[in-house]
Amino acid sequence: MLKILKYSFYDLMRSRWSYVYFLFYLLLGFVLLFLNNDVSKAVITLMNIIIVLTPLIGTIFGVMYYYNSKEFTELLLAQPIKRNKIFMGQYLGIAISLTLSLVLGLGIPFLAYGLFMSSAIFDFGLLLVVGAFLNFIFVALSFNIALSNENKIKGFGYAILMWLFLAVIYDGIFIISLFTFNDYPLDKFSLIATMCNPIDLSRILILLKLDISALLGYTGAVFRKFFGTNWGLVLSMAVLCLWVIFPVLRMNFKLKKKDF
Amino acid sequence: MIHITNLHKKFGKLTVLDGLNLDISEGGIFAILGPNGSGKTTLIKSILGMVVPNKGDIVFNNLSVLGEWEYRNQINYLPQIANFPANLSVSELFKMVKNLRPKNANEKALISLFGLEPFLNKKLGNLSGGTKQKVNIVLTFMFDSPLIILDEPTTGLDPIALIHLKGLLQKEKAKGKTILITTHIMSLVEEVSDEIVFLLDGVIYFKGTVAALKEHTNDNDLEHAIANLISKQNA
Repeated sequence: MLKILKYSFYDLMRSRWSYVYFLFYLLLGFVLLFLNNDVSKAVITLMNIIIVLTPLIGTIFGVMYYYNSKEFTELLLAQPIKRNKIFMGQYLGIAISLTLSLVLGLGIPFLAYGLFMSSAIFDFGLLLVVGAFLNFIFVALSFNIALSNENKIKGFGYAILMWLFLAVIYDGIFIISLFTFNDYPLDKFSLIATMCNPIDLSRILILLKLDISALLGYTGAVFRKFFGTNWGLVLSMAVLCLWVIFPVLRMNFKLKKKDF
Repeated sequence: MIHITNLHKKFGKLTVLDGLNLDISEGGIFAILGPNGSGKTTLIKSILGMVVPNKGDIVFNNLSVLGEWEYRNQINYLPQIANFPANLSVSELFKMVKNLRPKNANEKALISLFGLEPFLNKKLGNLSGGTKQKVNIVLTFMFDSPLIILDEPTTGLDPIALIHLKGLLQKEKAKGKTILITTHIMSLVEEVSDEIVFLLDGVIYFKGTVAALKEHTNDNDLEHAIANLISKQNA
């Protein structure tokens, strides 16, 4: 598996897209710091971008890589290697290279600006951890979609739809249901609904750490009580882990019966 | 060497293999023939474990291959369409495949045989179809394995490369290896194959030597004999 990981990783590192992605984050980091003139403010702006963009890039990269390397995968399948090791290697190759682009692209400008002097270092660290989680989650989800769809266009469509649903539509439904069922106690519901969407979960996790939970208004107090504690942090990290583990398990299950 | 019993495979509603039985003994060149869509590639991919059959068993060297992977170290496979990662160079691809297989490889002689030296540092994405196929052939023949499976090896090859390929086939056969080959070029079949396996409607319709096939169909020309077999079924 490590060999496959290595080759997928090199393959991606050599493709132009990894550099574009890396340069984009580098530029973003510098521009945000230049505009905000303050590390902690820049972190807040950055969060909004990371929460939406990382899943999108992860989704597109995952689907694209799967379909693009189909023939190569077939070459590997004829070699004496276990099936799931090939795909796990590819999966980790993508997820790690994307995470590297993210961490380096944002890390360099923030380090240059004096991150270590700032009090925002933990917030920034959390932001990168969450970004990494989102990469791993959405690459796994997109691999699942690609594995289930032979048709490239269909696979792409479903993957983008999944991103759109989790990043935009889910929130809409969530808010509408909060308004509709205003008269009922909604704290448990909103907590669980948040857990069911990795993007929402990451957003709230960071917002609460950034101490701007006043912005959350309505359910803010509930979230504050829950996520603000260490237990809340541990639990939400655990849920993010589950969001990685379940798609990966399904991937391995699906692989056993798949024809190439 | 390979023992296939009652192999069934359906893709959706389409039945490709329908209770196929086949015995391949050790040594010799077996040509797998059949019209388009008769299940040649599916059969080959089932042997390699790339396609999971619905029913039936495939035994390779007295061990069932279903769900296994170590046995593939005994097989060299040439896929039908040669498409490689575009970002890798030819020599990197060779290095990679060698790295993935715990076996000694002998690619130097093959590279010079097919005149691939000028392409070694080129990216695979920039190669022509025929050159890619040559790379594919080198990848297949550089390991020493008892079973070699070739799926349409002649696609895109120039006449010189084709002669080299035939030479390679004879050389491997002389070493006592088993070679499975699918092709639509009958002259190649007539020239190299010891036995013909004719697939039709998901079962083996005919198995025997070229001479036996000609006798079976009362035709002196192999191409016509095969066409005869196909049209007989359709009539």
